[in-house]
Amino acid sequence: MNTKSMIGFAVSLSLAMVAAPSQAGDASKDLDAKTAMIVKRDFRDKGIAKATRVEQDELQAACSKYVDNLPKKLKAKLEAKEAEAIKWPADGKFMGDWKAGEKLAQSGRGMTWSDKEGDPNGGNCYNCHQLSSSEIAYGTIGPSLLNFGKTRGNGEDIQRYAYARIYNAKAGNACANMPRFGHMGILTEAQMKDLVALLLDPESPVNK
Amino acid sequence: MNTNQICRAVMVLALSTSLTAVAEEKAVTDSDRIEQYREMISDGNPAEFDEMRGEELWKTPGGPKNVSLEKCDLGKGPGVVKGAYAEMPRYFKDTKMVQDLESRLLTCMTTLQGIPEEQITAKPFASEKKESDISSLATYVVGQSKGMKMKVSTKHPKEKEAYEIGKRIFNYRAGPYDFACSTCHATSGVRIRMQDLPNMRSSKKDAQAAYTSWPAYRVSQGLTRSFQWRLNDCFRQQRFPEPKFASEATIALTTYLAVSANGAEYVGPGLKR
Repeated sequence: MNTKSMIGFAVSLSLAMVAAPSQAGDASKDLDAKTAMIVKRDFRDKGIAKATRVEQDELQAACSKYVDNLPKKLKAKLEAKEAEAIKWPADGKFMGDWKAGEKLAQSGRGMTWSDKEGDPNGGNCYNCHQLSSSEIAYGTIGPSLLNFGKTRGNGEDIQRYAYARIYNAKAGNACANMPRFGHMGILTEAQMKDLVALLLDPESPVNK
Repeated sequence: MNTNQICRAVMVLALSTSLTAVAEEKAVTDSDRIEQYREMISDGNPAEFDEMRGEELWKTPGGPKNVSLEKCDLGKGPGVVKGAYAEMPRYFKDTKMVQDLESRLLTCMTTLQGIPEEQITAKPFASEKKESDISSLATYVVGQSKGMKMKVSTKHPKEKEAYEIGKRIFNYRAGPYDFACSTCHATSGVRIRMQDLPNMRSSKKDAQAAYTSWPAYRVSQGLTRSFQWRLNDCFRQQRFPEPKFASEATIALTTYLAVSANGAEYVGPGLKR
């Protein structure tokens, strides 16, 4: 963990201690129950997007209930659980092909009801992050990843870190905005390795 | 090529010209450009064609009962269209429900005109192939609130409840991507790719500007899009299943968003990329 991420960690820790408002109270509990009933009833299958998708896992339910601001203990518990479920590459390698990674990062497709079964999912990376300096149409919901490898090197620790972050961003921050690409089966192991390479390979346009 | 298509071609041409004109100004965002374009053509939004179509539908007898919708009560009394949208969603005594504009139109079309509900809800949105009556009617009605201040009530317990449930749906994370509305719409000054995102949770200004400019003519689609469509397409991109048309979930969410826009002048039907 470098200084910057240490500071980030300390900040998020202190924030979590200051405020963890929940929609508490009996009236609120009734409304929570009613909301759950309405959501379950009012969404239906369309194409590949089945109605069961509105059923929340433990993490989704907690982040919704606490509006992404979890009590400290619950946050730590959920993050540990997510981290434990990370499936590491069997061959112990984290770096794939950055060129394939760039293509994947460009694609915002996948898993909507207008996508077809079997269509390859994109990485959606540029939707939220700056990556290569040549791509100016990038989103800003997530932090800029320009020069990600240049500033961090590409040793095994950082490779492992990047892989874990892509596999399950919630292991590091329970209510992060970023999808859990490995955990939810959005991307394959090989695709996630290609994205690690896009971030860390010295030849990748992210680091040029 | 029909009128709609010609209209669209002209618009796209005009838009690309205006884009080229400002391409060299680096700090200019897409939204700025679209704003410029909006001003350029503010006297002629193609949504007006849909408003006219909707007005015709409102006033012409139709359905199995062969009556017009001129007795339809949108909350300000039978037949009152002026200003009705600026106070919707609202609680209706006859249905004992909070209803948004489109669900209320559905009530009127089924009860007054006798049109079977499934016939309307099977395809409630316009497509390139087929216009949508309920969508055009909505465009007509919203146009009659242009220039009026948004004033959506939460006084009735059911209205208050709809607001509270809508807020919870806004924050409801689910699906393969863990997205909620709030994933993209609860932070100020962020964008997806080049598209600026309004902060609907904590920026009054953003919430007002976004809500009051829908329904809108979508230049890229050549169609006027209703608010129910707007929510439907958001859920698609959230990787959710499809929200049922005019369902309680969509009405609650609309109530939450509409109340957030209170105090602002309604300026729709709008114009979007």
